[in-house]
Order: sequence, then C-alpha cells, then structure tokens
Amino acid sequence: MGSSGLLTSLIDGILIGVVYGLAAMGLTLIWGVMNVINLSHGTIIAFGMFGVYLIFTTLGLNPYLTLVLVAILGLLLGVAIYFIAIQRVIDAPHLSTLLATFAVNMILLGVGTAVFTTNFRNVDYALGNIQMGQITVLGTRLVAALAAVFVAGALYFFLYKTRPGKYIRAVANNRAAAELMGIPSTQILALSFGIGTMLAAIAGGLIATLFPFTILSGGVYELKSFVIGVLGGLGNPIGSLAGGLILGLLESIIPIVMPNTWVPILEFVLFIIILLIRPTGIFGAKE
Amino acid sequence: MKKWLNPGLWITLLITVAIGIWPIITQEAAKREVIFTVLMAIVFASSLNILLGYTGYVSFGHVVFFGLGGYVGMYLIKEYEASIWLAALAGGIAAGLLAFLLGKAILKLRGAYFALVTIGVNEAMRAFVNNFQPFGGPIGLELNFKVYKPYGGPADALWMVYYATFALAILVAVLSYAVKQSKFGLSLMAIREDEDAAEVMGVVPHNAKTWAFILSAILPGVVGVLFFFKNGNIEPAGAFRLHYSIENLVMVMLGGQGTVLGPVLGAFGYQRLRGFLVTNPIFKNIQLSIAGGLLLLIVLFIPAGAVGWLRNRFPRLRRVLS
Amino acid sequence: MTMLLQVEGITKRFGGLQALTKVTFDLPEGQILGLIGPNGAGKTTLFNVINGIYAADEGRVHFRNKNVTGYKPYEMARQGLARTHQIVRPLNELTVRENVMAGACFGRENHGLGEATKIANEVLAFVKLDGKADQLASSLNVAQKKRLEMARALAARPYLLLLDEVLAGLNPSEIASMVEIVKNIREQGVTIIMIEHVMKAVMNVSDRIIVLDYGQQIAEGTPQEIANDPKVIEAYLGDPKLAEKLMEED
Repeated sequence: MGSSGLLTSLIDGILIGVVYGLAAMGLTLIWGVMNVINLSHGTIIAFGMFGVYLIFTTLGLNPYLTLVLVAILGLLLGVAIYFIAIQRVIDAPHLSTLLATFAVNMILLGVGTAVFTTNFRNVDYALGNIQMGQITVLGTRLVAALAAVFVAGALYFFLYKTRPGKYIRAVANNRAAAELMGIPSTQILALSFGIGTMLAAIAGGLIATLFPFTILSGGVYELKSFVIGVLGGLGNPIGSLAGGLILGLLESIIPIVMPNTWVPILEFVLFIIILLIRPTGIFGAKE
Repeated sequence: MKKWLNPGLWITLLITVAIGIWPIITQEAAKREVIFTVLMAIVFASSLNILLGYTGYVSFGHVVFFGLGGYVGMYLIKEYEASIWLAALAGGIAAGLLAFLLGKAILKLRGAYFALVTIGVNEAMRAFVNNFQPFGGPIGLELNFKVYKPYGGPADALWMVYYATFALAILVAVLSYAVKQSKFGLSLMAIREDEDAAEVMGVVPHNAKTWAFILSAILPGVVGVLFFFKNGNIEPAGAFRLHYSIENLVMVMLGGQGTVLGPVLGAFGYQRLRGFLVTNPIFKNIQLSIAGGLLLLIVLFIPAGAVGWLRNRFPRLRRVLS
Repeated sequence: MTMLLQVEGITKRFGGLQALTKVTFDLPEGQILGLIGPNGAGKTTLFNVINGIYAADEGRVHFRNKNVTGYKPYEMARQGLARTHQIVRPLNELTVRENVMAGACFGRENHGLGEATKIANEVLAFVKLDGKADQLASSLNVAQKKRLEMARALAARPYLLLLDEVLAGLNPSEIASMVEIVKNIREQGVTIIMIEHVMKAVMNVSDRIIVLDYGQQIAEGTPQEIANDPKVIEAYLGDPKLAEKLMEED
C-alpha cells in the first residue's frame, strides 16, 4: 500500500470515527447524568437507521433532512422510555437499571424484528467522490462526519450555554444538591435520557447512509460505544468524539499491519485495560 | 449436621428432581431436549447466582466461561479423543482458571464498571477464538460421528449427556445451599451489602470475591462441554453469545437473586415461557417483545423475584424457602 | 501501665487540605479516650487512619507493641480492632443476628458459624436487641441500628473499640442507655476511643480527652483539664462557664 493509500485509510478512519463518537455520545451522556448503562442503545441506533431508510424510501426526502425528524422521534422515544422503564429504578442497584434497559431493548428489538425482519437494507444515496490530490473520499462519509461534528458542537453549546443544559450538568454533578437548588430533577433526567437516545438515533441515521444494515446491526455499534465511552471517559460526552477518533484510526490502521479480524481483539483488550487502570472516577467518588 | 435437614435444601432438590425426572419417565426425546435446556439453565443461573445474588457483582459476560469450557472440552475430544468426562472436567478447570486469572484484576471494579468489563472480556475472547486456528477460527470445531461410539452411539450419548446435566443440576443446588449456609457465604453476603463495612469487620474482600468468581465459573464451563458435545459442533458466535448471559441474569432475577431456590424456578419459568412464546402462532413473531415486557414488569415491581417476594410477603416462609 | 495503642506524628493530607497534622498520643489499656473537636476537625479521618482505611502520609501507629502502619482494615480487624461508623452501615438484607455473627466470624477470633451464633446471641442480649434477632437489619430504627453497629463491633471481642458518634441522633433516654452500655464495655476490659459531640456524656465517660481543631491536636488531658483549658474554650466550647455545666452530674 502506498502513502496515498495509507492517507486515504487514515482519513476514512477519522471520518468514520467521528460518527462512532456521536453514537457513543448518547450512551455516555446518559451514564454521566444518571449512572445508567443504556442497554437499548444499540437498538435505538438501529431504529435511527430504519427511520432514515423509511422516510427516504417512502417520501423520497433527502436523507440528511430526514435526520431532523429522526432526531425528534428519538428524543420523544427516550423521554417515554425514561418515564416507563427508568424512573422507578433510578436509585435501585445497578442490576435493576441494566435489566430495565435490557428489557426495553428486547421490546424494541422484538417489534423491530417483526416489522422489518432481519434482512439487509441500504439507503441508496450517493454524493460521489471527492478528489484531493491522490486521496479519494466518499462524499457521504465526509458529510456524515461533518454532520456528526455539527451535532457534537450543538450538544456542547446546549450543555454549557443554555439553562436546561446547565441544569443537566448540575444534576450530573450532584443530583441531591441540584434538587435543593430547585432544579426539577425528574424532568431533567427525562430530558437527558431523551437527548441520549436522540444522539443514538441521529448517529444511526448517519451510519445508514454509509453501510448496509439490519435491525440487529445496532449491537455492533453499541459495543463500539462502550469502548469509545471508556476511551473518552465515561460520563464525558465530548470526550466521546476523541474516543471515536481513536477507534476509527485503530480500525483503519490495524488492518495494514495484521489481519482485519484482529481489530476487535485489540479494541476490547484496550477497553479492559483502560477500565482497569483508569484510576479516577472508578472508585468511590460516585456514590 | 442440622442444616442438612433444612427444608430450604430439600424443597429445592425436590423441585429440581421433579423437573429432571419427567423426560426419564416418559422416555421422549423431544421432551428431553426441552428439559435439557432447563437443566442447563439451572446449572448456569445457579452458578451465576453465587456471584450475582450472594456477592452482588453483576457479571454480564458470564457466558465466557461456558464458551471457553466448551471449546477446551471439544478440542480435547476432537484432537486427543479424550472421553467426555475428562473433557468436561478440563472445561470446568479451564473456566475456573480463567476466573482465577481475571478475578484479582477485575473484581476491584464495582457496580456497572464490573458489568462492563465482563462484557469486554467476553467480546475479546470471542474475537480471539475467531482468530485462534487450533480452535478452528471462525468455523469452529466439528465432531466426527464416531466419537459417540464409545457411549453406544449418538442416541445413547444424548441420554447420557442428559443424565450428566441432571446430576450437575442437583449438584449445583447442593452447592448453592452449602455456600449460602457457610461462613464463606456470610462473607459474600456481607460484601454484597456493604463491601467497605465488611472489610472493617475482617472480611478479606479480594479473596472472598475471587473464590466466588471461580465457583461461579466452574460449572458453566462443565455444562458448556456437555452442551457442545451434544450438538457436535462449536463456533465462536454460538459459544460466546452475550445474549445467553443476559438471559441467565433474567432467570436469576425472575426466581429471586440470592436465594437457593430462585434460580431453579427462574430457569424453569423463563425457559418454559420462552418455549411457549416461540411455538405459539400468535406470539411467535413478537415473542421477544413479550418476554421483554414481562422482564420489565418484574424489574419494576417485583425486584426481589418470585422467591424473594414470597419471603418478604410471608416471613414465615423464610424457614422453608432458602 | 501497658500501652495498647501508640500514635506517633500522624499526618494526612487530601490534596491541598491538611486533614491531620502530627497527631501523637498513647492510649493505655482499659481506658476510655474521648476525641472531640468541631466538625471537620479530622476526628473521623484519624479513625480511618488507625483503622487502615486511609494510609497516613507521615507517622506510625503501634498496636499492642506491633507496628501496624499501613495495615489494611481487615488486617486491623484481625489484630483486634473494631469500630462503629458515624453513619450506621448495617448489612440491610441480613438478619440482625447474621450482622452480629459477621462481626464474630471475621474478626480477631475467627470463629466458625456455630460459635459465632452463640456470641451473637450473648452480645445482642447485652445491647438489648435480642428480641429483634431474626428481623432484617433494614427494619430497625436509627437507635436500634446504632446498637446493632455496637453489637457487631463487640462480637469481634476487640482489644480496642473505636466509637464514632454513637450518641448522635439519639434522644436523652436512648443516650443514657447507650452510655450505660459503653461503661459496661469498659468494665469488660475493652479499651475505647470515642468521637462524640454530646459533651456531657463524653466528659462523664472519658478518662482522658484529646481535642482536635483543623487537624491539630490543641489540647489533651483529663475532662477537668480540658473543660478549663482556655485554648479549648476559645476554639471550640465558646462559653467560659461551660466547664461547670459540663462537669455537673445529671
């Protein structure tokens, strides 16, 4: 492989990595705010994929426009999930919230499988190639990455510059204290969960423009989101973008030096090692 | 010796025997296959319960022990013509060894971090086996028909595996009870309730947790060998199926975590319900959603599970339901 | 007089915060040492250092003539140390008896379950919780949970017992009965360090008192001396007449 080939796969890695990062952002936001690992994350990503697919194929809308609709539906779905499945067990041991979100996953996946079957779909939409010297980049990848960066930027703005965003950070920091300050924690938790699923749905919609998918495809991205979340620091949504970049680069570089199938081993070993040695935040601090 | 007369043990054993003896009486192969999945789940879920219910550590990737044990056993049978018994033993030892090696490192993580790292371990193992040529890489290992010959041919071998799994289910019930009634069990439950306070009392948390982890890993490793021997083949996606781990967590929850009887009832209830939903024409397509809905109702409204609920509701039952 | 515990120059910092500065004292066997001081003075931190939960940045701890600096909490338990927590930490889903058995099983004497049951029953009778032995610990009220904490620590049959605010949150009659229990424990030959905010009680019970303020040991002496020490009055007690009030017997 020549240097332009290497550069092409690096750039591809970066572009895909940013989209991975967006997918992980939803997971890690929810974790950071309410200490819940959302095991329905993957299926919600898949719902995002199918949302874009359905609107695109039936209404013929531009897939990037449909993302707006998918985002709104994702937000509403998340808020609904919070009130139905999470609120009652939010202070229960971890097993309860893990199983509650897993139950939601089963429900959504069951409906998804019944409606969509497990056949492959793809969003048949292309933006051609973009040529920069020796390097060729697929247009859809570039746009997906830009869209992901835009959404991440919007999230940052929302969390740091708006009142509800500041409330979310306050609740994440110390829920009891936030409640004493008069912040309506239930609404804020529901909103956070909604934003988390919204991000997952948007990421799914973007991924749908890149690769073929089934209703089960979300599981792969959920696992990647775990890895990214840990890389970037669980509970730190913006760190996810960095974690996504690392993962994207690993996936583009490792196949150059060893067989493709070794990528997941290295990813998960890295995941385990980081969980084990990351000293802060793991012990005690969160109680 | 008084504790061995406790009804808590005998009720559990009675129910386990009642479940397992049914196909033996009717001698139907189809029924045997149905109950085999129940007995296997009893072994897996009760083992998991030692870590989850007694010690309070949520091992999401527990299927890694099932898969690794299965692979080690199948490898020995295929490459060295080992007997199923030796292979099963080796599978259990391999699983226990993995738990021992992992334990010291990962059991210092608490709560959701521990759950996450066990998922990572399972996925890393799956990816590794996918690349590990002695285990057949992505294709896995397939047994030749002739390995069943020493056991009287495939049909008899299936019955033999069934009896072995039945015996394991009884063993796991006795083991769960013995651990729960022991000083070791008390140290695990103290850790579950408040690990730091337990350490102040003199419990050595890392030792106790590591032993709980090893104990909870061995029998899933053994039963993995039996299961894949019965199937005649093993491949990475089937051996390290994260979903199976989680289903077993659900069974423990359903029956009542931390109780001896709970995982037995939970395994029976879950597998029977699943069997009903999968075969019922109305529910077939939506069975996953219905199971999910039921799970959600249990998590939200009866978090102590069936046995836990009975014990809380009728304190007098505490003496008979262990 | 043999020294049960010798604390030499213990210093502990949390980031920039100096939690303890060169705390030094000897504790003879059989005494009750009171540890007082305003909130945040470092009293519980000192317990956590003696107990092995925190490693001290400087200094040494000797327990029964053995250097135990850097021992883990479970090692200290096996050396014969037991404690209660400021905020009670019952093992909620276990019965009251099982809670106390855990104290007996894993502490210094390392009993089996049978012997531990006997000890648990004795200790529960001693703290007057025997009627509740088969209930879940979570069903107890605060005063009962405090007594449970105490029973669990006692079941370990420790040489040294660290009591962290066992009187806080109790009403006057509960305080009186708890003070009786503490005195009875001392009569059994157990040495005690108690952190306490209920001044009257600590003045009555203690043989000696140490006053901590911002991690510094500002005074040490008999209750009489402490109550009349101008530094203590300024830093902590505030009221110059307090000495007399505190020393009154009820």
